[in-house]
Amino acid sequence: MEFYNFFIDLFTDYTTQTIGLGTAVLGLMSGVLGVYAILRKQSLLGDAVAHSALPGIALAFLITGTKNTLIIFAGAAFAGWLATFWIGAIIKNTRIKSDAALAIVLSVFFGFGLVLLTFIQRIENANQAGLETYLFGQAATLLQQDVVTMAMIALFSLIVVVLLWKEFKLFSFDEQYAKTLGFNTRFLDFAINTLIVLAIVIGLQTVGVILMSALLIAPAAAARQWTNRLSGVVVLSALFGILSGVVGTGISSVGNNLSTGPVIVLVSIVIVLISFIFAPKRGWLAKLIGKQKNRQSLAVSKLLEGLYETCRAHQNVKHQHSLNIIKALPGYNKKTLLVLKNDGLIEFTTDMEWCLTDKGLFKAKNHSGNGGAK
Amino acid sequence: MTTPQIEIQIIASLVAIACAIPGVFLVLRKMAMISDAISHAILPGIVVGFLITQSLNSPFLIILAALTGLLTVVLVELINKTKLVKEDAAIGLVFPALFSIGVIIISRNVSNIHIDTDAVLMGELAFAPFNRLVISGVDIGPQNAWVMAVILLINLTFTVVFFKELKLSTFDKGLAASLGFAPAFLNYVLMGTVSVTTVGAFDAVGAILVVALMIAPASAAYLLTDELKKMIWISVLIGVFAAISGYWLARFLDASISGSMATMCGIIFLAVFIVSPQRGLLSILIRKRRQKIEFAQMTLVIHLFNHSGNNDDIEERRIDHLNKHLAWDKPFSDKLLHLSLKSNIIEINNDVIEITAKGLQFVRAAENLVSSKYHPEFETLRKEFIIFTD
Repeated sequence: MEFYNFFIDLFTDYTTQTIGLGTAVLGLMSGVLGVYAILRKQSLLGDAVAHSALPGIALAFLITGTKNTLIIFAGAAFAGWLATFWIGAIIKNTRIKSDAALAIVLSVFFGFGLVLLTFIQRIENANQAGLETYLFGQAATLLQQDVVTMAMIALFSLIVVVLLWKEFKLFSFDEQYAKTLGFNTRFLDFAINTLIVLAIVIGLQTVGVILMSALLIAPAAAARQWTNRLSGVVVLSALFGILSGVVGTGISSVGNNLSTGPVIVLVSIVIVLISFIFAPKRGWLAKLIGKQKNRQSLAVSKLLEGLYETCRAHQNVKHQHSLNIIKALPGYNKKTLLVLKNDGLIEFTTDMEWCLTDKGLFKAKNHSGNGGAK
Repeated sequence: MTTPQIEIQIIASLVAIACAIPGVFLVLRKMAMISDAISHAILPGIVVGFLITQSLNSPFLIILAALTGLLTVVLVELINKTKLVKEDAAIGLVFPALFSIGVIIISRNVSNIHIDTDAVLMGELAFAPFNRLVISGVDIGPQNAWVMAVILLINLTFTVVFFKELKLSTFDKGLAASLGFAPAFLNYVLMGTVSVTTVGAFDAVGAILVVALMIAPASAAYLLTDELKKMIWISVLIGVFAAISGYWLARFLDASISGSMATMCGIIFLAVFIVSPQRGLLSILIRKRRQKIEFAQMTLVIHLFNHSGNNDDIEERRIDHLNKHLAWDKPFSDKLLHLSLKSNIIEINNDVIEITAKGLQFVRAAENLVSSKYHPEFETLRKEFIIFTD
């Protein structure tokens, strides 16, 4: 009931509209850019960047003394970039692999962020209260100007994605090929990384540094299951992102004192689970059904083969055999027999005896001729 | 130093050692991010365990939370098997889900759970000495210290007893499997020790420092040695140093202790990353520069050798020719000439470079070196495949 009220508020209440719009923008942007993060196998880079943003946020506040969204964003983006740079330098210059590089940078930056945060708590007055919301996110702290800033950044990013659509596509799928075609892969790498950092940064206030990476990965991972076309994945991922953002915020606004971040993340993970199970072709259910169908069609051919052998063993191929013989054949079950009957391959007399039709004999002969024969 | 201060440093050092040992294997097995995943994912286990036992140090809670850690590993492998997403994405989906569940349970049961989310991230090392372990009326020290000591003992025993198996399955999984060492089982045991260590350390130092203490010292050690045993020792030393220096940094700044320790881990890693004698950034840069100059010097003397003794070739030996023909810029060629003069392989008369007797010797030695690779089989190959021989 309360959740229903949230949706009423979404259309009538000004504050709820602001928050709903903010989370929608955030979901849209992380949905779109998450696709590229996933394609480039950089899902965990997002995690590192998000954690690493914390000292940037704290330093931005420490230096300027304001909580202006744009300044905080700039600090977070700078720290996120520095982290990306350091991770790259470690992987490029040493034998340490990307997983360890990510873990080091993530934990060290975050630890330093905590130092700065507690440091700020002790030296400043009460004015700094609220920086902690960046840990788990609090959608309620979104103001109209924050949403405007987020929307501007998102709009800019989407324009870049559209303008560089072809380049990003090629670069994400086949970096080497893009290079040989003469594209400036260094620039493309820089551009995609920057956009991903921006997508993470605008989510920090709502989802928080710890869980923001999940909002980047989950919608894209879900969308990937439904289609193989990049454009389809991007659009679907954006929709999933918006859905996670708005529904998550709704649920958390209903439950009192619930941080927004975890709820949004859980909603997005539920979408992933649904996609894993129900997606056509790739999904668990589709694969299960496909397997079952395969098994069934194999059983049908096996049964037909058995019937054919039985008929051939008799002098008269049209001899009427009793039903009990069928039941002993491999591949028999009610469904396979029904399939054969419906296809007009087998006919029954009134006293429940059977023989193969001409069509059935022909098909079975062909079938056993095509590798079915022993 | 007061007693609580000493006790805090002892606890921190125990955590550092207990983390460093499995950390080495995580780094070598390229599974470092699993520690990050586990450190987040144990939260629901801890919260549920706390709701049941009402204590953060009960063995039941530690086991329950460690099982959640193992569950993470199992879930990640399960998702990997479906091949619906890449491995890193699987990790990135599993731990936020579990962590979110933990945070939500905490915020729904605020009145029952005296863990706030800050403590989850930072731990409460400063308060650790106040939680005493009292056995039949005798105070035998902080509870945390004993928990960590037991976990350290488990890790140590596991590593010592299975050292050979761990080593083999880390460096050559295929061989370990074919020799019958069950690397998959060993992997789960290792993940189990990582989980138990994370849970035990979590209460004292928080989720993030566990990752820092597991991965940063081991990675730094990886840049300093090629030997597994030495790597373990070095990462233990670095871990303890980071823990103690981090504590004093925290006191100096009056800030989060575990955050400061993580920062110290980062500073130490950065230092090793830059100045490590074999694999550091500086030595790589110096080596690259030296190789560049050495190669240029060889090119120079061979160039001079090819064009020596003939007056027609005097143009080829002029100093400014280096810039035009060999595409070296002026500062580089100046430096090159300076170094070559110093090592006495060339001499310069009226802007014309001449190869010296020592330079000639060098070219001949180089030639000998090349021809010493002479091999009869190579000769027949050459005759078969290369037509224009003299």
